[in-house]
Amino acid sequence: MELFLQQVVSGISTGAIYACMALAVVMIYQAIHHLNFAQGEMAMFSTYIAWQLMAWGLPWGLALPLAVILSFFGGFAIERIVFKPIQNAPVLSHIVIFIALFSIFNSLAGFIWDFTIKSVASPFGEGPFMGSTLLGKHQAGMIAVTLVMLAMLWAFFQFTRVGLAMRAAAANPESARLVGIRVETMTALGWGMASAIGAVAGILIAPVVFLEPNMMLSILLYGFAGAVLGGLTNPLGAVVGGFLVGIIENLAGTYLGDVGAELKLSIALALIIVVLVMKPEGLFGRKIVQRV
Amino acid sequence: MTDIAHTDHRNPGLTAPAYRPADAPRRRLLSGGNIVTLLVLALLISIPIYSKGFFVFQMTQMLVYAIAVLGLNLLTGINGQFSLGHSAFYAIGAYTCAILVELGGVNYMLTIPIAGIVAFGFGFLFAFPALRLEGLYLALATFALAVATPQLLKLHAIEQWTGGVQGIVMFQDTFDVPVPFGLDMDPGVWTFYLTLFVFAVVYVLAMALVKSRTGRAMMAIRDNPIAARSMGISLPYYKATAFGVSALVTGIAGALNAIVIKFVAPDSFTFFFAILILVGMVIGGVGWLQGCLIGGLAMLYLPNIAEIFDNVVLWFAGLFGFADLLPSGNALQQQFIRLSGVIYGVILVLFIYVAPSGAGGLIRAIVSRVKRLTS
Repeated sequence: MELFLQQVVSGISTGAIYACMALAVVMIYQAIHHLNFAQGEMAMFSTYIAWQLMAWGLPWGLALPLAVILSFFGGFAIERIVFKPIQNAPVLSHIVIFIALFSIFNSLAGFIWDFTIKSVASPFGEGPFMGSTLLGKHQAGMIAVTLVMLAMLWAFFQFTRVGLAMRAAAANPESARLVGIRVETMTALGWGMASAIGAVAGILIAPVVFLEPNMMLSILLYGFAGAVLGGLTNPLGAVVGGFLVGIIENLAGTYLGDVGAELKLSIALALIIVVLVMKPEGLFGRKIVQRV
Repeated sequence: MTDIAHTDHRNPGLTAPAYRPADAPRRRLLSGGNIVTLLVLALLISIPIYSKGFFVFQMTQMLVYAIAVLGLNLLTGINGQFSLGHSAFYAIGAYTCAILVELGGVNYMLTIPIAGIVAFGFGFLFAFPALRLEGLYLALATFALAVATPQLLKLHAIEQWTGGVQGIVMFQDTFDVPVPFGLDMDPGVWTFYLTLFVFAVVYVLAMALVKSRTGRAMMAIRDNPIAARSMGISLPYYKATAFGVSALVTGIAGALNAIVIKFVAPDSFTFFFAILILVGMVIGGVGWLQGCLIGGLAMLYLPNIAEIFDNVVLWFAGLFGFADLLPSGNALQQQFIRLSGVIYGVILVLFIYVAPSGAGGLIRAIVSRVKRLTS
C-alpha cells in the first residue's frame, strides 16, 4: 500500500508536465475545434527562446515573461498568416498544415540551436520539497503554476468580456458574428493564448527532460492522452486527465515490471484509443451531438 | 461540424473526386490516358538499360515509396479517412519480411504477399476501434500509433525475433538479394524489376478496386457519409476494409523496402517517416492514384533538395557574417541536414495554398486547358 501511495504521488509530479501540455491542447481545441499537432513543437520553440534570452544574460524573471509574450504574439501571427487563408478548407488541409508547422519548428530549432542536449535550470530551485522524498521543489512549483494557470483561465472565461466573446465565437460563430463579436480575432486570440500556455508548459518541462528539438514529441502524446481522458471541452478535466495519465504511467511502470517501463508510449496510445472508443467526450467533457 | 470528407464548394480540391459521369462514353483502349500509362511503363522498364548502379537503386526506392503513397491515398483520397500512422504498417510489412526470411528461411519473394496479409490484419483490427472516430480523432489515434511504433519494435520481450534496437540484417550469407531462376542478372537490377512488377500489380488492382462497387461505396462515404449510409452502405464494413487494404498496400511497400535495403531497424519507422509519406501523397495529389509515382519521386528527392537548400543558407550566412550570430556558432562545420523539415513544411503549406489537389490537379488543369484550346 505504501508503495502504491508513493507511486501515486510521484505520478502526480510527472503528471504535472502532462497537465500543463493538456491545458494548452484544450485551449486551442476550444478556439478552433482542432487538435494542434504542432503544439509540442511550438512549446519547444518557445522554450528555446527563453533559453536563448537567458543565455544572453537576462535573469529568469525577465526572460520567462518575455518568452511567453513573444509566444503569444507568435501564435497570434501563425493564425493570421497561415490559417486565415484556409478557414473554409476541408479538415485534411488543416491537419496537413499542422504537420507542416510541426516539421518546420522541429527542424528550425535544430538548425538554429543545434541538436545537442541543453540543460535548463529550474526557477524553483533543486532539491526536495519541504523534506519530502517524492516531490521535488521543481515538481511542486510546476503543480502550483499549472493550478494557477487553470484558475486564471477559468476566471478569464467566466468574468471577462473577452472571455465571454471567445466562448461565444467558439460555440456559435455565426450568431457571435451577428452580435458584433470579431470571431476571427477571437480565434487568433485563442491561438495566442494556447501558444503562451504551451510556452509556460515547455519552460516548466525543460528542466525535467532537458532541452532538445525532439523533447516534446512524446510529451505531446501524453498531453493529448490527458486532454482526451479528461475531456477536450473542459480545461479542468484536461488538467485532471494529465495528472491521471502521470499516475497511470507510474503505476504501470511499477506493477507491470520491465514491460510497463518499455511501453510507456504505447500506454498513451492504448489510453487514447480506449477513451475515444468507450467515452469519446472524456471523463468530464460535454457530449457533442451532431445534427444531421 | 467535423465533416471530413465533404469538400467545401468555395474551396474545391483536396477531396474533389476525379470521377467520370455515368453516361459518359466508354473509354477507347488507346485513349490519351492509356498512352501515357504505357509510355511511363516503358520508361520505367528501360531504366536499367541506360543507367546502372546507384540510379537503379534510387529508382527502386522510388517505386517502393510510390506503393506506400498509393496505400495512403487509397485511405485518404478514396475513403476520406486520415492516417498519420502509416509508418507503423510500413514497419509491420518490413519486419514480417525480415523475420520470415532470416528466422523462417522463407523465400523472400513469398514474404511480400504474406507481409501484405499481415499488415491487412493489423490495419483491419486497428480500424475497428478507430472506426468510431471521426476525422480529427482518427488522426490523433494514428498519430499516437506512429509515435509508439519504434518503442514497440524495440520491446525486450520480442527481441529474439525483432533484434531489438539493432534490428535485423538480411541476406547475411549471400550479402545480396539472391537472383532466382538461374537468371544472369545483377541483383540490383533484379530487385528493380521485382519491385516494378509488384508496383504494376498493386497499381492495377488498386485501380480496379476504385472502379468496382466497393470503390464506389468508399468514395460515397468520403463524399457524404450520411447519404451513403442512408443508401444502405455499411460504414463500418467499408471503412474497415479501406483501412485494411490501405495497410496491406503499405505493408507490401514495407516488405519491398526491407528487401531493397537488406536491413530493418526500429528507428527507420518514426513519426517523421509517416510525415514523409503524407508529403508524398499531398504532392502527388490526394485522390489521384496516378500521382503516386510523383509522390514517390518527391519522397526520394526532397531530402536532397533540402540538403542543397541547407548549403545555400549556410553559404549566405557565411557571406554576410551571419554565421557567427547563429547561437550555436558551429553551424557551418556540421553537415547535418537540418533544414529538411523546414523544406517539407514549406512545400506542404505551398501545396495546400496553391495546388490543394497536388500535382494531379495541376496536370488535370493543364490537360483540360489544352483540350479547350485545341477543340
